[in-house]
Amino acid sequence: MSGYLEIILSQMMLGLVNGSFYALIALGLAIIVSMLGIINFAQGAFYMMGAFLAWMLNEYLGMGYWAALLVVPAAMALFGILVERTLLRRLYDANPVYGLLLTFGIALALQSVFRIKYGISGRSYSLPEQFHGALDLGFMDLPYYRAWIIVLSITVCIATIVLVERTRLGSYLRAAMENPRLLETFGINVPLMITFTFAFGLALAGLAGTLAAPVYQVSSQMGAHMIIVAFAIVVIGGIGSLTGAVVSGLAIGMIEGMTKVFYPEGAGVAVFIAMALVLMFRPAGLLGKG
Amino acid sequence: MKNTQNRLLLLLFVGVLAVAPLAIYPVFLMEALTMALFAASFNLVFGYSGLLSFGHAAFYGVSAYATAFLIKDHGFSTELALLTAVAISGALGALFGLLALKRRGIYFSMVTLALAEVIYFIALRWPATGGEDGLQGVPRGALFGWLELNDTMTLYYVLLVMVLAALALIHRIIHSPFGLVLRGFCDSEQRTLSLGYEVQQHLMVVMTLSAALAGLAGGLKVLVFQFATLSDLSWHLSGLVVLACLIGGTGTFWGPILGGIAIALLHSLLAESGSWVTLIQGVIFIACVQFFREGFVGTLSKRLRNRRATSLREQA
Repeated sequence: MSGYLEIILSQMMLGLVNGSFYALIALGLAIIVSMLGIINFAQGAFYMMGAFLAWMLNEYLGMGYWAALLVVPAAMALFGILVERTLLRRLYDANPVYGLLLTFGIALALQSVFRIKYGISGRSYSLPEQFHGALDLGFMDLPYYRAWIIVLSITVCIATIVLVERTRLGSYLRAAMENPRLLETFGINVPLMITFTFAFGLALAGLAGTLAAPVYQVSSQMGAHMIIVAFAIVVIGGIGSLTGAVVSGLAIGMIEGMTKVFYPEGAGVAVFIAMALVLMFRPAGLLGKG
Repeated sequence: MKNTQNRLLLLLFVGVLAVAPLAIYPVFLMEALTMALFAASFNLVFGYSGLLSFGHAAFYGVSAYATAFLIKDHGFSTELALLTAVAISGALGALFGLLALKRRGIYFSMVTLALAEVIYFIALRWPATGGEDGLQGVPRGALFGWLELNDTMTLYYVLLVMVLAALALIHRIIHSPFGLVLRGFCDSEQRTLSLGYEVQQHLMVVMTLSAALAGLAGGLKVLVFQFATLSDLSWHLSGLVVLACLIGGTGTFWGPILGGIAIALLHSLLAESGSWVTLIQGVIFIACVQFFREGFVGTLSKRLRNRRATSLREQA
């Protein structure tokens, strides 16, 4: 295999790792926006909080990686229930921009709290032993942990999409997006479903944060840029399309990887250029309806 | 009745600002004035057409960088640099509008935010913009080669006149037929379209105007502080200008002006406390959205209306 192709393939593979995080976070955003009509600006801060929770559980309680992988999403879901019940619930009748502003405030506050407590320098989370070593792909050695990130997040994304599109619970969810009043007349507790959806979106952010802890530095700013990339990904994927969010998250990760080969300075803006192109030629997004 | 009241308010506002530097630190006053202008220009889009732009720092910051760059590296005169910077911001506003106005509602917000991030990235990476350091030590020069701006008092009055002129322009825009079409759009796009108005064109124009005026605020800021940095382009600043609008009263003329001054005040009171400032800003944001959505001016004018209605009822 020629050297150039190897470089491209390996950069795409590494891009896919980043794309896995984009997909998880954009999926959480897309679920919340389609069910609650609210753009959750704090999704990046919740991702950061998830990573910090994993780090804190390890640092203060000695909890291992595998336990954290379950405990952190659960804790984030509980936090989500609290936020939804106390703050978001009051906004459902208001203009949706207030939801964005509220979650912006939450993001600012959360980031500041962690920065006050832990400063701006990153904390590192040691890699679990099982993951030492790398997978030989022929064109590159992919560390086991990176492979695990890709496998786990794609599995979770597909499971979530199947849950929403193929199960009875999912059909209720979709019905509640279309017409919540009508669904309530069937005796279904729509407010509870909304709480559940928001909590689930946060659990996804918590999962992404825990996954990220061993590979990225855990710092109060780690979600700040991520959230804007995730916004662009949701716009690219299309309104209300969960599949669109996941597919474009993964694709953007790989496109960024490729850009690094040809024009390294452009990698950071590739996602936004992709968004601009989509807006020009297909304003509803790749998989969006209407 | 209402007109005389407004005129009195205006006279009071101008009068207070004219004598204020005798009692208050002029640099703070200038910071407050630029923030007020920034918030008022943002309010043109958010308050009057209901579209929440989350990328207004791009217009403010690009103009700040352009002003600094033209004066410092190309020896432009102050007024020419400002003028060029404002034009660049306006053009950028039109470009943002071209893309972001393909969407409405929260998607418009997301697109403007993402576009602003591109500008931030360019400023971070492009050698001419000085990366993390930004552009520092920008000379103020003399306006028209005649008014020496290194004199703080001269700078203050020059800035005051410019800000007041810009605010007057905003007032004129709001109360023109053009402003009424925007409000119509805010209430119902379909209705406004069916009345035969070219909604998209109106929105493009207001984006351009708002961006140019935000650019003026950014350029003036450089004259005051003599630097342009990445924080002038950050999404944190884009959020802050929304907060200024929200505290003061969205969609009112005086609201964002008061809100901008309040934000500058908060900023200078808490300048020493680092991260606590953003924490407090975050909490104020949450509190405003929860309990104080009409803002200071909105709440006040509602109270006044109610009282007037009650007193009229009592007379009858």
